[in-house]
Amino acid sequence: MRERITIKDYLRESHLFNNRVVVAGVVIVVLSLIVVARLIYLQVVGHEYYTTLSNKNRVDIVPIPPTRGLIYDRRGTLLAQNLPSFSLEITPERVADLEATLQALAKLIRITDNDLERFRNRFAIKRRFEAIPLRLRLNDEEVARFSVNRHRFPGVEIAARLMRDYPLGALGVHAIGYIGRIDEDELQRLDLANYSGTSHIGKTGVEKQYEGVLHGTVGHQAVETNAQGRVIRVLERTLPTPGGNLYLTIDADLQRIAEAALGDNRGAVIAIVPKTGEIVAFASLPGFDPNPFVNGIEQKDYDKLAQSPDHPLFNRIVRGQYPPGSTIKPFIGLAGLEYNVINARNQTFCPGWYALEGDDRRYRDWRREGHGITTLSKAIYQSCDVYFYDLAHTLGIDRMYEFMSRFGFGRSTGIDIAGEVAGLMPSRDWKRATHRLPWFPGETIITGIGQGFMLATPLQLAHMTATLANRGASVRPRLAYAIQSLGSEQPAIVEPVREEPLPIVKAANWETIIDAMQEAAHNPRGTAYGIGKNAPYRIAGKTGTAQVFGLKEDEKYVKEEVALRLRDHAMFIAFAPAGDPQIAIAVIVENGGSGGLAAAPVARAVMDKFLQPGAT
Amino acid sequence: METDPRYHSGWSESRHYRTLVRRLHIDVPLFIGLLLLSLTGLVILYSAGGQDSDVIIKQGSRLTIACVLMLVVAQINPRHYASWAPWFAGAGLLLLATVLVVGDIGKGAQRWLDLGFMRFQPSEMMKLALPMTVAWYLADRPLPPSARHLFIACALVIIPVLLIARQPDLGTAILVAASGAFVLLLAGISWRLITALGVLIGASIPVIWYLMHDYQRNRVWMLLDPESDPLGAGYHIIQSKIAIGSGGIFGKGWLNGTQAHLEFLPERSTDFIFAVFAEEFGLFGILLLLTLYLFIVLRGLLIATQAQDTFTRLLSGSLVLTFSVYVFVNIGMVVGLLPVVGIPLPLISFGGTAMVTHLVAFGILMSIHTHRKLLPT
Repeated sequence: MRERITIKDYLRESHLFNNRVVVAGVVIVVLSLIVVARLIYLQVVGHEYYTTLSNKNRVDIVPIPPTRGLIYDRRGTLLAQNLPSFSLEITPERVADLEATLQALAKLIRITDNDLERFRNRFAIKRRFEAIPLRLRLNDEEVARFSVNRHRFPGVEIAARLMRDYPLGALGVHAIGYIGRIDEDELQRLDLANYSGTSHIGKTGVEKQYEGVLHGTVGHQAVETNAQGRVIRVLERTLPTPGGNLYLTIDADLQRIAEAALGDNRGAVIAIVPKTGEIVAFASLPGFDPNPFVNGIEQKDYDKLAQSPDHPLFNRIVRGQYPPGSTIKPFIGLAGLEYNVINARNQTFCPGWYALEGDDRRYRDWRREGHGITTLSKAIYQSCDVYFYDLAHTLGIDRMYEFMSRFGFGRSTGIDIAGEVAGLMPSRDWKRATHRLPWFPGETIITGIGQGFMLATPLQLAHMTATLANRGASVRPRLAYAIQSLGSEQPAIVEPVREEPLPIVKAANWETIIDAMQEAAHNPRGTAYGIGKNAPYRIAGKTGTAQVFGLKEDEKYVKEEVALRLRDHAMFIAFAPAGDPQIAIAVIVENGGSGGLAAAPVARAVMDKFLQPGAT
Repeated sequence: METDPRYHSGWSESRHYRTLVRRLHIDVPLFIGLLLLSLTGLVILYSAGGQDSDVIIKQGSRLTIACVLMLVVAQINPRHYASWAPWFAGAGLLLLATVLVVGDIGKGAQRWLDLGFMRFQPSEMMKLALPMTVAWYLADRPLPPSARHLFIACALVIIPVLLIARQPDLGTAILVAASGAFVLLLAGISWRLITALGVLIGASIPVIWYLMHDYQRNRVWMLLDPESDPLGAGYHIIQSKIAIGSGGIFGKGWLNGTQAHLEFLPERSTDFIFAVFAEEFGLFGILLLLTLYLFIVLRGLLIATQAQDTFTRLLSGSLVLTFSVYVFVNIGMVVGLLPVVGIPLPLISFGGTAMVTHLVAFGILMSIHTHRKLLPT
């Protein structure tokens, strides 16, 4: 071991040590300064930034959804309301043994496998202190049964929330519509801020059209939450503004009469107050119960509705397009008078058929033996086809198109629910554009009796009838009667929208046509005499039948042989009292056969109820 | 009764007071500093622990026990430490080996020995035993140590450190290694050697990096840049910075720290309690706290320079420097300057073991300072 012998030098060692300690002390002071610099950077320079982050951490803005406005009929009968719906909810962190609790609950309340699966799915993603619904829509008995046993289930509670309810069920469903869960498309278009707490939105009918009135304005509360998201306290709150209440022009009693009068038939009844455009009855049958739609209808139930051959989901009044048939005759007659091609005294001979010169085809009258010598009045009340074949031929398609368009055929009425279709008033231009064919004279002939290309919705027919009843004053049909927003004592009445009146030259022309329509109901030979003979008021009406399929020239129409669904649609338009019209109405009974027999009595029932509400 | 200064009628009479303090072997400035720090710890712990008085009672009783131990240790003449040092180290090594064989597993690592009435962590004992042993070994050798003695001293450090690292408890291993290294540093090994070592470590980093697998590199990156993983490793440090930054200059006030009370800040009673302090007392409070730490450390260094022999000098210096490493590593981690390693803030964080170790170390310091032979000045 060749170690150099060194002697401990205490003074030198102590010196060395002290040097090292000083170095260490300096390093410690420098490190302290670095830490202080870092803290100044965080706490002074970055203070604002980190304060924002800290607040973002702890403050949550939670929307408070507004309560949806109610919908009433014109006399205050509730059509749509918000009812508390009870659901059974479990808060996992307060349940000791979840499986045992679920089993015990299942003995008390019916819990399906579906319920359980949904519960477990949510259980997996929710936080432990958040209540998870197990069963929705408990009935009263289930609520009572659970309440008695409540002490056995800590952490299990019954929660109430408001759910849209349509107390009258299917009554007037096509007018009222329904709300449902907001879907992807709607999410794209919505004001997300105002809908931040809302799960449902109007899907059809006035629920959709007046969404802006009914929804209200969202409220907010700022809450302090901890890292797990549990709400510690509410910091501030802005209350929501509830949606406004909507009063419909519909009269629920009248609606009930209208739907009852249609019975089991498919069809539509729409009644309008001519002076104001208020729709007092809006029946499209068959309807459906909107209540299951609110929280998502089960697929099999929906399929049943969607695939039904009766099309209950189809709103016939605004979307059903029918050949208007003979109901168009008063309007064509008015056109003839206006264009001075006929007058009230002109006579035409009806042999039961009509033919154009140089054409072998015969256009048959519905009465095989013909009507004989026919005036305009007779042609309307007996619904002579040959008279109108001839008139149409004289007028020509261009003038018919011009006049009927002015009246509103082929144009939507502007009713305040979505989805209205425009019908069709054909013209030469239209045919060239869509069929790439010229207009044939024969097409003019059948347009005169509302067949061929022409299509109209029941709403359009009722609207034209109301305009006729008003002697040309056109008022836009509507369903909103009044709107009551929060804080206002009285509902604000919705003003009628008056459109440009028809430029009819001679006022007497209106009376000529309306007189003829009265004959239809009150002349024993009129097509609607069945409803007019014992009526205590004057009815001006016009029957119609629309062919569902065309008959060949010499085929005889045999009702019994035609399958039920291929029978003619029965139609009827009317207003009453004729001198001072209070109600205008259009009725379509699909495959009902004769307008006078199938459709007119429905109109009579509605008019009776409306004009004589006290009578039985 | 007469051993307790508070009950002494002559508290203000300096002569009586001095005699009592001397008899109890208390270093008054250090004692006051430590007491203030520990009480501050209890105050902030009350807030960080969700105002749970149980937590305070628990920590308070640990503090009391640790103080008693500190005073007991202070009574022992440092001569004895020198002679006990090798036995301490030997026992420590044996216990470390035992832990590896039969130790309790807690949080995925074997650190604990179950003694029946209490659980004991031999690595904690090593924090004191190791610097003591190295100081004992070097004390009789001429300083700066020769290469051979340096080699043996290094071996004395590395063997226990490896055993602790095996547990695995990297944090403690590094701190134990640091306590040994400080003895060597204070013993006067040449700067050239230290620089050479630094260069060697620096040069080996790219080589190690090259040899690592991708997932290991990712873990290192995560350690260096925790904010790249905001929901995992980065969550702690992000929330900690938010707590500190939102505290501002004057803080949100005691018990008003939202980051802590709403539980955004993890480990708020233990490793991250400094962030709670910064949030509630702001930069002002932090400066006071740092001053207190600095005072204790500088007082400790002063004691080291006034120690009368090589053993006590090296031991006291190393203990104080190790203490300051704790402080800086914890604060550095909480303010986002250092990677997140699980080291508590000395005398503030909730937990008993570390507190006992720290106060016993200061007891040794007091023993060293108060057992000096009086020299004429």
